[in-house]
This record gives sequence, structure tokens and C-alpha cells, in this order.
Amino acid sequence: MSVGTDTDVNSGAGPGSGPVGDAARVEEAARQVVREHDPRSVPTQEFLGAVFDAGLAWVHFPVGQGGLGLSRGLQANADSILQDAGGPTPFALNPIGYGMAAPTLSEHTQTPERAAAWLRPLATTEDIWCQLFSEPGAGSDLAGLATSAVRDGDDWVINGQKVWTSLAHRANWALLLARTDPDVPKHKGLTYFVLDMHAPGVETRPLRQMTGQAEFNEVYMNDARIPDAHRLGAVGAGWRVAMTTLMNERSAIGGSASRRGVGTISDAVELWAARPDLHTPVLRDRLAKLWTTAEAQRLTSERSRATATAKGPGPEGSVGKLVGAELNQAIYEFCMDLLGTEGTVYGDYTLRDITRNEDYRGPIQQRFLRSRANTIEGGTSEVLRNILGERILGLPGDMRADSDRPWREVPRG
Amino acid sequence: MADNTVAEQNDTEPAAAEFAFTDEQQELRRAVRKFAAEFSDEATVRTLMESPTGYDAKTWARLGAELGVLGLAVPEELGGAGGTLVDQAIAVEELGAVLFCGPVLGTVGLAIPALVASSEGPVRSATLESLVEGARTAAFAVADRGGSFDPTALTVGATRDGDGWALTGVVERVVDAAAADVLLVAASGPDGVALFVAEGDASGVERQALSTLDQTRRQATIRLTDAPARLLAGPEEAERVIGHALAVGATLLAAEQVGASQHLLDLSVGYAKERLQFGRPIGSFQAVKHRLANMLVHAEHARSAAYHAAWALQDGTDDPALAASIAQATCSEAFTDIASGTVQVHGGIGFTWEYQAHLYYKRAITDAALLGSAEVHRGRIAASVLDSQIGRLPSPPVATGIL
Repeated sequence: MSVGTDTDVNSGAGPGSGPVGDAARVEEAARQVVREHDPRSVPTQEFLGAVFDAGLAWVHFPVGQGGLGLSRGLQANADSILQDAGGPTPFALNPIGYGMAAPTLSEHTQTPERAAAWLRPLATTEDIWCQLFSEPGAGSDLAGLATSAVRDGDDWVINGQKVWTSLAHRANWALLLARTDPDVPKHKGLTYFVLDMHAPGVETRPLRQMTGQAEFNEVYMNDARIPDAHRLGAVGAGWRVAMTTLMNERSAIGGSASRRGVGTISDAVELWAARPDLHTPVLRDRLAKLWTTAEAQRLTSERSRATATAKGPGPEGSVGKLVGAELNQAIYEFCMDLLGTEGTVYGDYTLRDITRNEDYRGPIQQRFLRSRANTIEGGTSEVLRNILGERILGLPGDMRADSDRPWREVPRG
Repeated sequence: MADNTVAEQNDTEPAAAEFAFTDEQQELRRAVRKFAAEFSDEATVRTLMESPTGYDAKTWARLGAELGVLGLAVPEELGGAGGTLVDQAIAVEELGAVLFCGPVLGTVGLAIPALVASSEGPVRSATLESLVEGARTAAFAVADRGGSFDPTALTVGATRDGDGWALTGVVERVVDAAAADVLLVAASGPDGVALFVAEGDASGVERQALSTLDQTRRQATIRLTDAPARLLAGPEEAERVIGHALAVGATLLAAEQVGASQHLLDLSVGYAKERLQFGRPIGSFQAVKHRLANMLVHAEHARSAAYHAAWALQDGTDDPALAASIAQATCSEAFTDIASGTVQVHGGIGFTWEYQAHLYYKRAITDAALLGSAEVHRGRIAASVLDSQIGRLPSPPVATGIL
């Protein structure tokens, strides 16, 4: 059965429509890609291009933008077939691109043609993407950011400094949030752009972190220019667009590991299994508790996937991000406590190749230090608890000193 | 209507994906919720918890005969709805949400699953039918050790008595036993451990009702002196039957903990929005908001773990004992944390007798202890997933510090 015929079936109320028909259609399309572009023999970019063209990069995206307009819950049906055949995990190759840029571009780019032109090389990983949001003066209070964008003819002129930018040194494109109007309250004066990282006036410097490595960058923009066609959403609507990115970021960070025992918990279980000489009953209960929490969170992700719709991630992604981050820390704290004084030596603080993210592959001690960032990056645990409280439970917001004042008048520092 | 539809659904449709509730299951949930709101409001619960039997036999009978939710997972040929354990979990969750007074755990959670798991015979069918209909109630007089069965710890002996059996011994703190019409009793007989059915009011059965921490869930100590009984499950199957009942009971207890947890979370959030201090709703303070966010995470994890266990026991997709232990370890902690949080978020009112928080708090403490504490279940989880791996997994890299 060809994909095209099945599309016709799905347009009616015939036996092929509905969730079962959609799943079959996705799976058949995935098998066809694998048959025609064996990921074990064709180059990665060619294979991912075929995945994009078949609408399997993000099945919930529109046709022509790497999707089929189906429920996002069906993505796993495609991914398991593609990856079982030896296909890559594209998220790992272009994490900001897949996890955050793609949904934002699909939803907010000015024309479908422009969106497709960005999305295909993003999907093939020819174009790596990064995200220019956080600033030295705007972390949790992202909407308070100061980087300015000033209209000049058909262009915008950008000045400012961004920080904590992963992959900026490898990226061709960046998602940029900048202030276009300092005279209105902070959320209303932001506009969202796509920045060419190779444009004149854009400078990237590595930022060294406590592990000794430099996974992130600082990015300086001095009179960098962006054509207005590369604006996403309306002028002044940048905050709403940024929400698309951030909800996807949290759901990407929190939504990993679908098989039992996979993920960082395996580090603790493997260390435990390898070192019976270090066992105590108290540590055994502690690890069992960590394992059980990891399993409960895995099941919660599965449950939220089972009820997910094409609408996009909801705030429940924030549950996963919150739990995952705190669990990671607790897991590595456990490992360090198990190791005792063995944990107090460290491999090497020498700054190494910044194109590889060494901190997750390194020794336990390095992973332990890296996990301190988990409860800060992508929304601090404090901010995430506010989101759970306010957006899921509907509790009133905290009192704010800045919501009704023009951004220009709000104290910063 | 709901239960019949569920049964038909499962005869014709492939097994539903885990966590995807069918329309019929949503309808079932609404029906039980409506019933619970009507027949088990707080005033009713308070009346019943001070009443002699602790529950209302008429309401219980309606749950069975009218709503048909006492035997949702019981096959149709045995008089049940022929549905799934997930259906039963949904009904129990909704009853747990209102602290429904009645033998939910003793009859639905433990006795009925034990009867279903036993080999067919006149004792089984005669006992099961009246329990599913709600005409009679049962208690599971099997002393468990933290939710698992230890045949060496039995305190009841069985001897042949003509065509039947005579039981002698004591079983302490049996849930729902004081008013039960039927007792399922494990006892050591001449051929080994077996499971027996005794009438609650038979000669030689003495029941001592206990004053319990949770007044909405009664317990009794049972003293048997040559009490007449009939054999339900002989030594060849008794341990399997009891093990099955304990796993189902742990799973349904978890579902009940989910229902009560969700109720308390909603209650606390509602209060935090209404209660004003310092001129603001207390829910706008992050100290309160973050505690409520933690309670939400607990409730979500509890729901996932409880329903995973229900699906796993139903469809065999996971080791039933492990799934039940994950559910109990997760839900006992969650409900206890949420109940403590509820008292705290409510402040002074949460400590009063008049307010409902203490009723749930006492249920949470009791439920956490019943069928094994979180610690006991974590011990089983560790035995299953940690101890078995010792020496078999590669070690992740650990830096030596040698340059």
C-alpha cells in the first residue's frame, strides 16, 4: 500500500482513518524510507533528508515541513523503525535544532517556503542551530533581556550579549530574542528573530564551566544585521513565540529515556553492580528509591505521550524537566557517596575539544559536577515549580515589581 | 451500562495501549464519581465511621447490583462484568477519593481476586456471586508480611471435620473483618497450606472489632476455635492464589491512594487560592506554591505507577510482583506526603476535627502500612533489579586522579 493511497483513505471515514490507520501509515512510510535509503549504507544527511521528505522528521508538522499533520504521539512509531534499521538519533546531532528551533520555525515563520528552507537542512543536520536567549542580566527573568533590535530599512540592527549558548561555535543559525521597544512593559517589547551566525558583527567565545570543559558560549552582537523576512511572529510578539521554544525545550530535556533502567539511573545501577565491596543497607535503599522515582517518572512520560495530541507539549513537560534534573543530581550524589574518597579525585580539568560534549561521557566525578547545571539550565527548578503551580494548578502569580512599568524604568543588575 | 460496555469492548477490541483510557472507561469513572458524590459525601462518611458496622449495607448492595462495580474484572461466567483490572482500578480510585466507607479493600481488593484465581468449584461460585452482587461482604484473613505471604508464619491450623474442615487460631488486624459475612482464611492443614471459606457468624468464630487510627477503614482480630470451614484452594494452589490476591490488592490499594491523593491536591490548591494572608492568596507565596507543585509531582507519579501495575497485571506486560511493588512504594509515599502537605497548607484548620484533612491523613498513614510499607516494597524492588545485577554489569568510568 502506498503512502499516497492511504492518505486518500484517511481523508474519509473509512477503515484506514483514526489512530490505528494513522499509526499504520506512519509505520509503512518509515519502512519505505528504510527500504529505499538503508541508513547503514547511505550517508547520514541523505538518510535524514529522506526521513524529512517522507514527513517523518516531526510527524505532527504540516506536509512539506517534514511532517504529515498527525498526532505527535505517533513520532515514536516512526523513530523505532528508523532507529532499529540503524538510523541515527537526529536529536543528538542537532539538539537545539530538533528540540526547539523546528517547532518554533514551523509555527511562526512568515512563509511556509521560508520554513521549509530552514527546516530541511536543519533536519539533515547540515545546519546546526543554537538559541540566543539568556543574557548576563536576564536568566530566570528572561523577559527582562536587554539585547536591542532597531529597525533600519528592511533590516534590524542587533546589539547586545548572550550567554549559556550551547553549540554557538558550530551553529549556522540562531534563534534570537531581542528587545524592539524599551518603552513598554518587558514582555510586550520583545521580538523573535533568526540570526545568521556567520553575519558580520557576531562573535562567539567559549565559556568554561566547573567541570573544566566549555560546553557553552558567550555570543556578542555588534551592529549585526537581520533581514525583516527572518523575523518570527509579529513585532512585539516575541514572548509568545519564545514560549513555543521553551515549552519544547523543557519537554525535550524532560522527555527522554522510554525504556526501564535507561538514562542516568543506569550509571548508579552499574556502579552498584560493579562495586559490591562498597554496599551498605542504607545505600541500597537509597538507590532503590532513586530507581523507583526514575521508573515512576518514565511511566509518567509514557502516560503523557499516550495522551499527547498534535497540539504541542503542555506544561506537563515541566514535570519531567523538574524531576529529571533533581533526580540526575541525586543519582550522582549517590554515586559519589558510594565511592567515598575515590570520588574525591578528578580526572583532568584541562579544557579539551569543545566540539564534543565530554561531560556526559566522562568519569562519574565529571558527570557529578555537570549535574549541578541540570537544575539551572532550561528553567531553574524554582521557576519550574512556579510554572507547575501557576499553569497546571492555576495558583495566583507572585507579586511583581515590573509587570506594569516600561522596561526602561525597571532596575537591573 | 458502563460495565457491560467495557466487557463487550474487551471481547472484540485488541488490548488497549497502556495509559490510554477508553470512552467506556471514562464513562465508568463519571458514573462512580457521581454515585460517590451522592451516597458518600463527607457527612455520610462521618456518620458511618461512628456507626456500629462502619458502612451502609444498602449502599454497598447498590454498588454491586445497580452500578455493577464490585466485580469489574471478574469474568462474566462467574457473574462479573468481564472487564479489566484497569476498570476495577478506576472504580476503586473514585471510591478512594471520597474515603468511601465499605469493604473495598477486603472484598474487592483481596477476597474477590482470591476467589477468581482459585480453581472452579461450588464453594467458589456460591461465595463469589453474592460478593459481586454486593449482597454479602468478605474479608481476607491471611496474615501478610509486608504484602507478601509467608506460609511459615501462619497462625491458623486446619483439621478435617467430616466433609468439611475445622479452623483454630488467631488472625490479628484483619481489614474489613468485623462486619464481613465471609472470611477467607489461610491455614496449615495435614497436606500443607490451604485457603478456606468460613462464615463470619459461624460458631467458633469470634471477632473483636478494633478501634482504628483510620475510622473509615475498620479492622478486627479473628479468633477461630474449631470454626467450620470449606476448602477453597488446596495446597497445590493456595500460595499462588494468595500471591495473586496480594498483588491485585496492592494494585487496587494504590489506585485508592491515587484517588485520595488527587482529591487532597485539589482541596489544597483550592484553599491556597481562597485563603488570604498578608493581603494575598497564600498560594501566591512560593513556599506554599512549591509545596503544592511537589504534591502535584507525587500525584502524577502515583497515578502512573498505579495504572501501570493495573495494566501489567491485566496484560502480563511486566513482572506483576515488581509492578505492584513499584506502585505501592510510589503511592504510599505520595499519599502520605500529599496528606501531610494538605494539613500543613491548611494551617490551623487542617488540624481540627471538623475539617476533613485528618480523615485522609489517617487513611494515608494506614494505607502506607497496609500490604507493605514503601520501605518494604523498595526492598523487593532492590532484590529484583539491583541484587540480580551484581557482578554482571560493566562499571561506568571512575576517574583515578592519576595524570
